[in-house]
This record gives sequence, C-alpha cells and structure tokens, in this order.
Amino acid sequence: MNPALWAAKTGLDAQQTRLAVTSNNIANVSTSGFKKGRAVFEDLLYQNVRQVGGSTSQDTVAPSGVHLGTGVRVVATEKLYTQGGLTQTDNALDVAVEGRGFFQIQMPDGTNAYTRDGSFQLSAQGQMVTSSGYTLQPGISIPEGAQSITIGRDGVVSVRIAGQANPVQVGQLQLTDFVNPAGLQPLGENLLVETVASGPAQTGTPGQNGLGVTTQGSVEGSNVNVVEELVNMIETQRAYEMNSKAISTADQMLEYVNNQL
Amino acid sequence: MDRMLYVAMTGAKETLRAQTVNNHNLANVSTTGFRADLAAFQSRAVDGTGFASRVYATNGTVGWDDTSGALQTTGRDLDVAIHGPGWIAIQGPDGKEAYTRAGDLQVDPTGQLMTASGRPVLGDGGPISVPPYTSIFFARDGSISIVAQGQTPDTTSTVARIKLVNPAEKDIERGDDGLFRMKDGSEAPADANVNLSSGVLESSNVNTAEAMVNMIELARQFEMQVKAIRTAEENGSAASQLLKI
Repeated sequence: MNPALWAAKTGLDAQQTRLAVTSNNIANVSTSGFKKGRAVFEDLLYQNVRQVGGSTSQDTVAPSGVHLGTGVRVVATEKLYTQGGLTQTDNALDVAVEGRGFFQIQMPDGTNAYTRDGSFQLSAQGQMVTSSGYTLQPGISIPEGAQSITIGRDGVVSVRIAGQANPVQVGQLQLTDFVNPAGLQPLGENLLVETVASGPAQTGTPGQNGLGVTTQGSVEGSNVNVVEELVNMIETQRAYEMNSKAISTADQMLEYVNNQL
Repeated sequence: MDRMLYVAMTGAKETLRAQTVNNHNLANVSTTGFRADLAAFQSRAVDGTGFASRVYATNGTVGWDDTSGALQTTGRDLDVAIHGPGWIAIQGPDGKEAYTRAGDLQVDPTGQLMTASGRPVLGDGGPISVPPYTSIFFARDGSISIVAQGQTPDTTSTVARIKLVNPAEKDIERGDDGLFRMKDGSEAPADANVNLSSGVLESSNVNTAEAMVNMIELARQFEMQVKAIRTAEENGSAASQLLKI
C-alpha cells in the first residue's frame, strides 16, 4: 500500500536475521572449532519513477530523476574461517588444526562431513570418533593395551604398547581443504558438508600443500569475539528500533489522513 | 478551491515519496558500502491564465551522499574497503562494468573473485581468477598477491589487480539494482590514486540521527499538507451551505 511502510519492514526483517546470527555466535562462544557467522546485506531494487535525463523541453533534460529504493535484503549468512585460539587440554586425543583444513568424518549414512572440532574419543572398538560417535576418516584404531598415544605435527599417530620398547605407528591423520570454505554447508554438531559452492574436497597430509598442521593436546576454541558480538547486538537493536519507528511514523501519517479527511 | 486541494495533494503525495526514500536509507543502515539516497523537492509552476497560484511540488532523488562510511575491522583476508573516494569495478548482471563500494569478497570454487552477492570482481584484464592459495594479500593499489598452495611464504606471486576507478560524481548514476554505472555506458579508466585496505569493511554511510530527524520533519510536513486539504474541504462545504439559504 505505502512503499514507505514496506521499505521499513524489510529493514526490520534484515535486523531480525542479523540478531539471530549474532545470538548464534554468542551461544557458540565455547564450542570447539566453531566459526562465527555474519549476515550480509544488499539494497533491494530501485523503482524508477521518473527517469533522470528525460527531456523536460526540446533543449533541456531533467537533472535529477526519482528513484525509490525498496529496502534491504539478506543475501548471505557467511562463515568467517579465521583461526580460533588454541586451548591446551593435555588430553592425548584432542587435536587442533593450525592453519587450513578440516578433519573428514564419516556420517552414519556413509556420506562424508567435515569438522574443525578435534576433540576425539575412542569407541568400544578402539576407533577414533567424534564426540557424537562418528568415525574419523581415514579410520585410526588404537590397539588394546596402548600405554600412550602420540600424534605428530604431520598427523602420524603412534602408540606405545606395554612391554615393547619401540612405538608402533597405527595411522596418519589427513586433512581436507576446500577452495571456498565459506561455501560449506553447516549441519550442526560442528559438522559441515561439501556443496557446489565450496568446491571439491582436496585431501592431503597435514603440513603439506598449504594444509595446516595438527597439534596434539589442544582444541581449537571458537573464533567468536564476544566484545565484537555485543557491539553488533547494540547496533542491531538500535537499527531495529529506528526501523520500527519508521513504520510507526508512516502509520501515523496514514492515520492522520484517515482522521482528517 | 480546486487549486488549493490539488496543490496540497501533490505536496502530501511527494512527502510520502520522500518518506519512502528516507525509510529505504534507514532499512540500509547495516548494508556494507551503502550510499544514502538524497531526496529534494522542486517547485513546478503550472502556467495558465489568471493569478499564478498553482505551484506543484515534485520530489526528486538528486543523488547520493558521497561521504565515506565508518571502517570496521573484521580481520577477514577477503574483506576490503576503499579509503576516501573511489569504486571497485565489478561485472553487473548485464555483463557490463558496474561499480560498488561493498568489499566483502569471496572466492568461488572455480577460483573466481566475487562480491557477496555473486558478481565477479574485475581486474585490469577482465574478471579475476585466484589460483588455490594458502594466504592472500590486497595491496593499497588493489594488487592481489598470494602464497600459492604448496609454496612457502617467501614465494608470493601477484595474481591480478582489482580495477579501482574514481569517475566524477556527475558521470555516474545508480541503477535499479543498486549498482553504480557510467551514465554514457562507457567504462571508467582505472585510477592509481584510489586506496584500498584489507581486513576492513566500510559500513553504510546513512547518518541515523539525521534520517530520524528527517523522518519527523517529513511526517509533520505531511500533516500540514493534509490539514490544507481538510481546510479546502471545509471551505467548499461552507460555500455550498451559503448557496442553500
């Protein structure tokens, strides 16, 4: 009915989405390997009411036209893959990735998912699994009777078995990288899946071809900056209030017409 | 009576339009690199016989606010912002060159450098492709250098240079899709004096306090116009009462 009302309504919608993204970031401030999100806005189409440069007479043209903007929309909620801080846990099965790369995880349905959360545990069969119990790919089994587990910077996993002098190598962790990690689709449970936008998975040895290195005994914390998120929240709230004020003003203008005429 | 009614009506109609422009600006307070629209009224005299009392108002979008928005540090490698005047050249939906200030860039799976809305960023020789990299740097002049995958940090290679332009404000216009283009359809020449920095984004340049005051002012103006319409109506009914006697 009134474009002024609808332009302000799109502003409310956009700020609402931004608040949802911000609250999700704050809620995940302690989630291992979590990467913060960000809402990206773009102005909506403009209505060309009067063409700039149209002829006003045979020799003159209008120096300005009328372009009515129709508001704003959220084009993307993208993830920011900056490095999170490493927290030392001294747990042998906690592995953090320093640099690029994801651990590949096999989902129960046989498909692959990817994660930065390296707080692994052992299953009943001695397999390295995530906190949700999904198997790490390529699979690594820790033999029974292992006294200690060592994971190198290049992902080599070796164990010392009781009664044996030399450590035994049981496998090597691999990392997977994508051309555009922001294109990965988040699944929840700290897992991401490959999409057309992310590009194909490229698996390799940690520390080679630009892949990050693995650090044992640490987990990568969330890369959410709480202060930044709180400032974002203040900004979002004020922008929301201003847009709702714009709606109520447009409403009052129409109400005034209804009452007066 | 009709003159007063219609003059007041155009006033009310155009004020509503100006309010739309203002609300559009308010809706875009968080849009990266957004340029606020400026609206202005013009008087349009209607020529004719008798006393020249009919002057209609028309609202025009006279351009945009060209002050820079605040720079926000994000720390993301692919976020770039322009210091001072200038524009980033991108490929518009029609395949032609268009300009934007929004520098939240992405690299798509084929390695092409894109804006957040999926439009290719142009370099001096067309759309920019970035080979797989470990790290990426943007120089002040828009040059992109990378450490390619499998290389050590001491071997950086320059990939391309983002086309940065700085045409005069009178030569560019905002299209219906919010992107800026040259009025004559040509391509602006690259300008070496435009400064780019990475790890920061330029926020919208909408001045919220000004927009709020503007909104109040427009609302009151609108009420005055409506009041004038109401008075015209009262005058009319008083005149018809007079004839009834």
